[in-house]
Amino acid sequence: MAETVNAIEAVAVSKVYRRYSHKRQFATLKSALLSRSLIRDLRPDETFPALRNVSFAVPRGSTYGIIGRNGSGKSTMLKCVAGITKPTSGHVTVRGRISALIELGAGFHPEISGRENVFINGIMLGLSKREITRRFDEIVDFAELRDFIDAPVKTYSSGMYMRLGFAVAIHVDPDVLLVDEVLAVGDEGFTHKCLDKFAEFRRRGKTILIVTHSLPLVERFCDEALWLGGGEIRAIGDTRRVVGAYVTDVGHSEEAAIAAEDARTRARVSSDAALEAAQPPPERHAADPSATLSDMFRSSEGRWGSREIEITDVTLAGPDGEPRHLFQTGDPLIVTMRVRASQRMTDFVFGVAVFNAEGACCYGTNTWLEELGSLEFTGEGEVRFVVDRLDLVEGTYKIDVAVHNKDGYPYDYHRLLYTFRMKSRTKDVGVFRPPHRWEFSPAVAMEPARRLEPRQPAGEPHSAADEPA
Amino acid sequence: MFRNLANLAKYRALIQSLVVRDLKARYRGSVLGFFWSFANPLLLLLIYTFVFTVVLPGYRPAEIQPYALFMFCGILPWTWFSSSLSEASNVLISGGNLIKKVLFPAEVLPIVAVLSNMVHFFLGLPILAGFLIYYRLPLNLAELAWFPIVVFTQLLLTLSLALIVSSLTVHFRDLKDLLSNLLTFWFFATPIIYPMSLVPGLGKTLLDLNPFTHLVVSYQEILFYDGAFGHWKWLLALLVASAGLFLFGYFVFDRLRDSFAEEV
Repeated sequence: MAETVNAIEAVAVSKVYRRYSHKRQFATLKSALLSRSLIRDLRPDETFPALRNVSFAVPRGSTYGIIGRNGSGKSTMLKCVAGITKPTSGHVTVRGRISALIELGAGFHPEISGRENVFINGIMLGLSKREITRRFDEIVDFAELRDFIDAPVKTYSSGMYMRLGFAVAIHVDPDVLLVDEVLAVGDEGFTHKCLDKFAEFRRRGKTILIVTHSLPLVERFCDEALWLGGGEIRAIGDTRRVVGAYVTDVGHSEEAAIAAEDARTRARVSSDAALEAAQPPPERHAADPSATLSDMFRSSEGRWGSREIEITDVTLAGPDGEPRHLFQTGDPLIVTMRVRASQRMTDFVFGVAVFNAEGACCYGTNTWLEELGSLEFTGEGEVRFVVDRLDLVEGTYKIDVAVHNKDGYPYDYHRLLYTFRMKSRTKDVGVFRPPHRWEFSPAVAMEPARRLEPRQPAGEPHSAADEPA
Repeated sequence: MFRNLANLAKYRALIQSLVVRDLKARYRGSVLGFFWSFANPLLLLLIYTFVFTVVLPGYRPAEIQPYALFMFCGILPWTWFSSSLSEASNVLISGGNLIKKVLFPAEVLPIVAVLSNMVHFFLGLPILAGFLIYYRLPLNLAELAWFPIVVFTQLLLTLSLALIVSSLTVHFRDLKDLLSNLLTFWFFATPIIYPMSLVPGLGKTLLDLNPFTHLVVSYQEILFYDGAFGHWKWLLALLVASAGLFLFGYFVFDRLRDSFAEEV
């Protein structure tokens, strides 16, 4: 390319929204006149900065992604680019015809037919009548609505409505396409068609700006990306690096959220336990050793036992020994129990079990089942349960830890008090992922696997190629 | 502002198709369809005729006979005016989706409201013509030539007020309720159901301050009264004033435009 022209340039864009105090949610003319605040009421008083000094440039022909959490200013940024709202300060320059896929079918009138709506929507988006006539069949075929095009739009399902909106917007033939999280528009097939359409746009050298939560989409399509957090640029530039930084950040706050949730559960359980302590201790049942296995199927979180041996602390950690709550499928997992016995104990069994969100036991074991006989324990100690590869599918899991005697009499049973979350590169289903691979005879030709998944959270070693240059 | 105003010409196709959509959508699903455009003013006429000739016969000078026709000359344009304004007061809020989600020239919405009501006004004209023929009122072609000018003046005046009302309602929602009361008052402060000649001195001065008076008097002089169209000076003055008001209304609208996407 001889020269790089920027299709979109945003320079120091800030956007301040007016926030109403609930007292005057709707300013009324009467009150404005009475308090002589007619002019003042038209000015923002309490304000909320949605964007702070955001600058970026999108070269013509490239695809640019904006990611960030809810409320981070992504959509406001897109609206500023689209010209729907004006930035409070700074400016945005866009070169070429824009089509914004922000809300699909926003201008549809429910009472009139799809055909008439296509024309009106097209005109709203800047096409002439002749252009629409020429593209009409293409639009209808793309929306897969040939049989319904003359029915009033109010009879459409929401999927049909969105498809028609998408079809019109995409056939405007813009130079710059703005997309706000609209790919959840139809069934799998339609989504693929949309993605193909985007790919075609790219091939034809159009500029695309995507606002999305779908990190795989950003990684697959975008040449560059921007991560907004709290209205400010958190990272900008190379897609993989930006997405990686974002995923790490999401991981951190997810960690914090799980840790806080767990702490709350434990606080509740220990106050319940204090109540129970007032009651006589459970009878020592000399039943079979699988008694604790039935404890495992109590549905709610809890902690019980005679505390002759007490589990004082439990941590989940990755291979580096750092406590954490997020794991990738295939990561090692180390469960560390700190235990204490006030007197000399000779009969004890340590157990661990993992449950998924539906409450199904994914795996449970104890030292007795694995024929590790107990000798003795006094004072303080540490027990580690080390899993070399945690091959669970993506999801949230809780674990039980317990220490009891050989007959199943519980010393200290922690039921569902520790949570961890599995992340996976593959959206496979079930509970357990056995280590596996696919093999094909030469006649079965397969594409090499695409890697669409989000970057790994920090703490994982990145390969050299992943590092920003 | 003037650049935006010039852009209005570009939105011709958009305005046109939205007006057509409005008209189609309005009566879609109703049994009588477009007939309602005729039926509404006719029914209104029936009610007023009944009230003022049967219930309150009272004193009526000969100059406003036939009374039904006299009233019709005023009610038809008034209906255009008042329904345009009450629709305009709501149009930005109900069209919020367009303003918030699509790059859409907001002024198109109040303009469409005024224009689609103008079409209804035009659809009412054949009924008026029917009355005129029925009563064999002499029509003067020279006077009829003024008719488009009256309509254009009313269009400008209505557009200006629609722009102001629609943009202010976004900020002051109670303007909508205020407006419906104001329009009732305004109706009776305009010589529609009574002739200007019945109004005594001070009242006449006050009525002269009401711009719609001059429109209605013009319609009446052109269509109803015999004799030359003597009100043309007032009409031309109103035309100039309306043009000025239109610029002012557009200015207000343009100033408030950026706030719509946030406040709607």
